[in-house]
Amino acid sequence: MSQHRLDYLDQLESESIHIFREVAGQFERPALLFSGGKDSIVLVHLALKAFRPGKFPFPLVHIDTGHNFQEALDFRDHLANAIGEKLIVRNVVDTIKEKNLTEQKGKFASRNALQTYTLLDTIEEFKFDACIGGARRDEEKARAKERIFSVRDEFGQWDPKLQRPELWNTYNGRIHKGENVRVFPISNWTELDIWNYIKRNEIELPSIYFAHNREVLEWQGQLVATSEFIKLDEADKVSVKKVRYRTVGDMTCTAAVESTASNIDDIIKEIIATKTSERGETRIDDRVSEAAMEDRKKNGYF
Amino acid sequence: MDILRFITAGSVDDGKSTLIGRLLYDSKSIMIDQLEAIEKQSKNKEDGEIDLALLTDGLRAEREQGITIDVAYKYFSTPKRKFIIADAPGHTQYTRNMVTGASNSDLAIILVDARNGVVEQTRRHSIITSLLNIPHVVVAINKMDLVNNSQDVYNNIVIDYAAVAISLGLKDITYIPISAINGDNIVEKSPAFPWYEGESLLHILENVEVANDINYTDARFPVQYVIRPQTEALHDYRGYAGKVVSGIYRKGDKITVQPSGLQSIISAIEIGGKEVDEAFAPQSVVLHLSDDIDISRGDVIVQSDNQPSVENELDVLLCWMGNKPLIAGNKYLLQINSRITRAVVKEIEYKLDVNSLLEEPAPEQAALNDIVKVKIKTASPVPFDSYKKLRVNGGAILIDETSNVTVGACMIQ
Repeated sequence: MSQHRLDYLDQLESESIHIFREVAGQFERPALLFSGGKDSIVLVHLALKAFRPGKFPFPLVHIDTGHNFQEALDFRDHLANAIGEKLIVRNVVDTIKEKNLTEQKGKFASRNALQTYTLLDTIEEFKFDACIGGARRDEEKARAKERIFSVRDEFGQWDPKLQRPELWNTYNGRIHKGENVRVFPISNWTELDIWNYIKRNEIELPSIYFAHNREVLEWQGQLVATSEFIKLDEADKVSVKKVRYRTVGDMTCTAAVESTASNIDDIIKEIIATKTSERGETRIDDRVSEAAMEDRKKNGYF
Repeated sequence: MDILRFITAGSVDDGKSTLIGRLLYDSKSIMIDQLEAIEKQSKNKEDGEIDLALLTDGLRAEREQGITIDVAYKYFSTPKRKFIIADAPGHTQYTRNMVTGASNSDLAIILVDARNGVVEQTRRHSIITSLLNIPHVVVAINKMDLVNNSQDVYNNIVIDYAAVAISLGLKDITYIPISAINGDNIVEKSPAFPWYEGESLLHILENVEVANDINYTDARFPVQYVIRPQTEALHDYRGYAGKVVSGIYRKGDKITVQPSGLQSIISAIEIGGKEVDEAFAPQSVVLHLSDDIDISRGDVIVQSDNQPSVENELDVLLCWMGNKPLIAGNKYLLQINSRITRAVVKEIEYKLDVNSLLEEPAPEQAALNDIVKVKIKTASPVPFDSYKKLRVNGGAILIDETSNVTVGACMIQ
């Protein structure tokens, strides 16, 4: 029977495709949250495998904080265009204006918390009943406990104590009006799985994932790209370094890593050798408290 | 490289979290920043030592109260295998959580405290392992350091457990002496047990044969979604998308669609847009049939010469997971793979004591964490196999239609 064996990436791929098709079968108005980052790019590739030659039964949706890397935005538009699927973009800036929201202050003023407002408004605008996202359980301790089908109330809130038991490969996506489900098809993938899958399938990525020269600010041991969104002080140490991004989020809260890895093989080597976790190395926003992610999720964060 | 999914059964007192922390730590799956974070928390708690158990407690309430609320999933890998650990807590709602974690597991690690031997909890974990039909069991006899690494203590526990295993019909059991706190026999074989002839825990986990657990004989394909592009170029394209949950399908196979009983022939199979000659479990594929027959989500495509049962009366071993009790006559939705049908629990035949396996006949109702034998009648016929024979087509959930909550796990007999 040895010819009937799937290796781990094939198993993960099949599981994720199955989840995508459950979304298509169970929901009337799903959406795929797509940022132009590597995890959501892998989601798009999995969706292609799940639904081609048919169209996706959902649009791609991006909640743009206005603090994104231009390379990621360009790639987002390029990929949506290349596969001929609908892309909906909603801007946090518009929500801030419409709702008179107060922006964070300080050196790394982030719109991370504010994007939840835009996401919930977008869900309401299009009456989305399911939002597919690229979160993985290996990223963070609160995510390790979240279901693949994660029910949110009408305020988008996650209640970790009231999660539905999720058994076998049977997903219960039934909801009341106003609620919606966040679906995480790559829950069981690790960072390394993602990179190995990108390599095997020769998936194209935005250029910032590969080593390049960039002006960065050294701040508490992390390298943050200088940009119009970050306030520089005189004491700040700014220099040009060869870096790449391990994750792609907002410019205000994503740090780069020093690297000379210019191709996927070199990146995989670096990730195998690294002593720091993905979020620990690159996310400034998780450092606020032990439960930063848990609190954001409870408040409707993706 | 393949995947092993396993569950660890035991309470904090058995050293379960320490064992998981140890596996992650010694296999270098814990990064410096994560270690620093738990070091900081350990200090917050003012007891000094690094507490590896903190690695598995994800939520604030858990850290504050020192408890585990829910099933957490942990990942690590070695060059041989990717591992997915379902870490189910040992406190309240244990049965519900262990059943959930066990439903997808290939292997269960049952932790026994060497000082206490086989106790009620060991039996309970083993009974659930047997009910959920987990194919492989590792009995890890922990805290051997506290019994002077005694071979006699170990042997006596093995003898006691073997009797439990026989009564439950558990197969493929491996015993191992360990000390999770010291890391003995976890990643490397430890000199602490010169009398132990087996391998380290990680070695066992890396080498247990799971490919043979997949059933390649009874082919089942629940249809999830019908792909119909309806474009000019693909006007007649009609593909049935789903996962081969068991068995093998080949181009030209004679198939039957259940529960309708309609028949056809597989005209093409696609995987990721490419045509292939055969598809096997657990691949997600698209099937094409030579006839344009009525098939929709929830139908099951099977080989015509190997059929599942198709009935509307089911004998079910049910783990009740609802906060409100189950009373005979209650109506629910029954979901098996992609098929959902209305169902009524007609009769509660008996309640199973998960500590003793004794049956309490005809209870009035079933409460959270109870395991009961019930008769369920469905509004339309359901294609299924017995859970013992085919886990992937014999497990179903019950959904409360008013709250939408999953309230029961069904193992169809």
